[in-house]
Amino acid sequence: MKARTVDPIPWWLKLIGAVVAIYFILPTLFVIPMSFSEAATFQFPPRGFSLRLYENFFTNPVWLDALKNSVVVALLASVLATVVGTAAALGLHSLRGRLARFARTLLMVSMVTPAIVIAVAVYISFLQWQLVGTFGGFVLAHAAIGVPFVLVSVTSALGGFDPKLLRASASLGAPPLRTFRTVTMPLISRGIVTGAVFAFVTSFDEVVIALFLRSPTLQTLPVQMYNSVTVEIDPTIAASSSVVVTVVTVLCLVLQFARKGR
Amino acid sequence: MNFRLLYFRTMVLRKQWLLLLPALALLAAVLLVPLGRSVLQSFGSPDWTLDHFRALFTDGVTLTVLARTALTALAVTAIAFLLGYPYAYLMTRVGPRMRGILLVVVLVPFWTSVMARNFAWIIILQRGGPVNSFFKLFGLDVVLYESVGGVTVAMSQVLLPFMVLPLFSALGGIDRKLLLAARGLGSHPVVAFWKIYWPLSRGGVVSGMILVFTLSLGFYVTPALVGSPKQSLVAQLLGQRTTQLLDFQGASALGLVVLVVTLVLVAWANRVGGTISAIGTVAAAPAAKDKP
Amino acid sequence: MATNGTLHGGQTGTQIRLTGVSKDYGLATPAVDDVSLTIEPGEFMTLLGPSGSGKTTTLNLIAGFETLTGGTIAFDGKDVGTLPPHKRNLGMLFQNYALFPHMTVAQNVAYPLRERRLAKADITRKVAEVLELVQLTGRDDHHPAQLSGGQQQRVALARAIVFGPSALLLDEPLGALDRNLRATLQAEIHRIHSEVGTTFVFVTHDQEEAMNLSDRIALFNNGRIEQLGTPEELYQNPRTLFTARFLGDSNVFSPLAIGDGKVTWENNVWSASTSFADAALVVRPEDVRLGSPPPDSNSVNATVRAVEYMGAYRTALLSFGSSGVLGRARLDAADTSLAPGQQVTAWWPVAQQRLVLSKEPS
Repeated sequence: MKARTVDPIPWWLKLIGAVVAIYFILPTLFVIPMSFSEAATFQFPPRGFSLRLYENFFTNPVWLDALKNSVVVALLASVLATVVGTAAALGLHSLRGRLARFARTLLMVSMVTPAIVIAVAVYISFLQWQLVGTFGGFVLAHAAIGVPFVLVSVTSALGGFDPKLLRASASLGAPPLRTFRTVTMPLISRGIVTGAVFAFVTSFDEVVIALFLRSPTLQTLPVQMYNSVTVEIDPTIAASSSVVVTVVTVLCLVLQFARKGR
Repeated sequence: MNFRLLYFRTMVLRKQWLLLLPALALLAAVLLVPLGRSVLQSFGSPDWTLDHFRALFTDGVTLTVLARTALTALAVTAIAFLLGYPYAYLMTRVGPRMRGILLVVVLVPFWTSVMARNFAWIIILQRGGPVNSFFKLFGLDVVLYESVGGVTVAMSQVLLPFMVLPLFSALGGIDRKLLLAARGLGSHPVVAFWKIYWPLSRGGVVSGMILVFTLSLGFYVTPALVGSPKQSLVAQLLGQRTTQLLDFQGASALGLVVLVVTLVLVAWANRVGGTISAIGTVAAAPAAKDKP
Repeated sequence: MATNGTLHGGQTGTQIRLTGVSKDYGLATPAVDDVSLTIEPGEFMTLLGPSGSGKTTTLNLIAGFETLTGGTIAFDGKDVGTLPPHKRNLGMLFQNYALFPHMTVAQNVAYPLRERRLAKADITRKVAEVLELVQLTGRDDHHPAQLSGGQQQRVALARAIVFGPSALLLDEPLGALDRNLRATLQAEIHRIHSEVGTTFVFVTHDQEEAMNLSDRIALFNNGRIEQLGTPEELYQNPRTLFTARFLGDSNVFSPLAIGDGKVTWENNVWSASTSFADAALVVRPEDVRLGSPPPDSNSVNATVRAVEYMGAYRTALLSFGSSGVLGRARLDAADTSLAPGQQVTAWWPVAQQRLVLSKEPS
């Protein structure tokens, strides 16, 4: 017996809701049509229909190298972030007290620090350590900003994890490492996968730090996209954007699907 | 037993702490040490001085840029509030299915690639683009591209989720029976909203506003691409000092100011709304992204 | 708007007249279907029924939280059909209290007075008065979260009556409380009804609560009023099987073959008269006796299934006749003579049996 007619949703509220919803998805709506344009400029609406931009994206060595670098950096960074982040989440799970809380805050701090502040500090230090323009520099920096995502998702997976299970396993005669492999791992694996995907996407899409760490010979896809707008006026960015949006969306869907599949 | 030994036994010998070490080491290498060095540099070590901070206030540029940044952040916060409040309210009112759709839509900006999104805003806001054409229907020649207005529009879109999500959780916790009760006690619906609903939602509003304001302060890519070099914001100034002027000490001082302001505001928002953890989970959709 | 009514006595409340009231959400059956009911000034009227029977919707229609799809509602003869809730001058008590969490007890209670723009001194006086009435003096500055459930409901009650409403509507106000507290607050509501003297409309699905408190009960079923009357009338003279079953326990014999001054159930022939073609015979457990039947009684063979000790009495669980339909008889608390499996004869005085319409709720 819900009081439905008591306060109906006013029409103007629905209208605002629809407008805001469109605002949310507006940029995505423009990216895909632009990628099929024939024009050599950014004009809208796009002229004609062709796969020229995609062809350029997948054949031009500048774009291809950038794509390859991004994939390699994102893979390595997400592996590193996932390993250290999962370990940290497991460590924090069994620790209490002010020091543990402080450690957690410290590990999360990059989430709220402006990327430009990180980028500038990292640039200045990495210049001295000769990490600017190296794969190592990219991977370290991107792994560090990926850690909070792994920490959050593994921690939330551990939240639903009953420590009694560990005792049960131990009482059944399993040594600690085997317990971890046969009990803990399967239960938190979804959290780990989620964190890894987030860390990958974060690195793959990161542009601010990458702009500072790039060198003429080493740059990632977002940096090349940035160049194509500021320096080259190269509409290939439309194809690149579509590819990135599609890849990220597919990753999301896979993640969602994997969640439901359990 | 002395204190150091006690500390060693309780903290270091407990094996769990070992699991934290790799993450803390990574963090130290990428964040803590560089930021610490940057702080030292801003005070001009080895010779301690406040000159670099003094320069920020006297160079005639930084203050203007900081003021412009703050105003832009305020505008973004206002837009996010005006659009986000009704949207979050609507989310609490519709059925579970529609709510799911609205939630997915909120998360779209999180998942749209930074560069793709900014590229799209250039297309939308440029001369001859859809917004310009729309205003031309009314005989107005409005070009938002390369203006602070355009930057505000583009930033509000990606920051709106940070308003909507804490608000949604705050508004969802308000019992709608209270509104019925107020009306039964003699309040006009508008009065009931103003006296009952609004005060109960204020915590969510404040924390959402602080969050949006704070995150706006650090935007780099959007003002660089959608804005005009003549109207740069503080992040651009920071980048410029570092890579073009190689004024590391000046950049470090400015960076420290931005960082301190940010952390203080975030801590405040956290206290007001206790929302950072909530944001953390949702923003576990890559939110740190265009914190550009 | 009547805001000058004093709190104590002297107030008779408003007559609420529902005529052919309907509420249709466009579902298979209307939520409220052609309900007519006159609630007299100062009366304690309970709308009783299972969930989904339309009682809460009817209350919301009276309050103005729902709009009518048919019929009229009048307060003291004045149609209020289109009046919004805040202009109806009704007090309302909700199951979950609906106290404003950001206001103190005093601010909560003062709310309706402020909305009516009373002078400050009057507000202070009335708040103190009503808090005394509900025995919460001295809690003025507490916030709702600092109070127990029972105290919160008292604050809600104070807030609902402080402005001298034409009637008080109570929507399952005791549902969220535990058993003991419920009994205390029932007594409280009863006392306040007699002290304040205004019309009370009380919604509940708890038949005991309804019987304890009400002047009259309107029993709802499928959006209609199944039967209207005093608690005694409903219990003693149920008109339908639904009423007999909803209020108290019943032994039900159905179907019956109906003859002249006789009814037949299985092969038992009983003296009874009814005008219903489709009747069931109902006997309350406390009217069923075991042993050899005296004259002017009807009887049936039964098997004892179990005996339950209830403290003040015992209940024998019986199965009647050849079909073994289950029923109950009330025994003396000291009676330990029965054992499960025992064959007995159950009888009841003819005057204590009721013949009711056996139409079952669909």
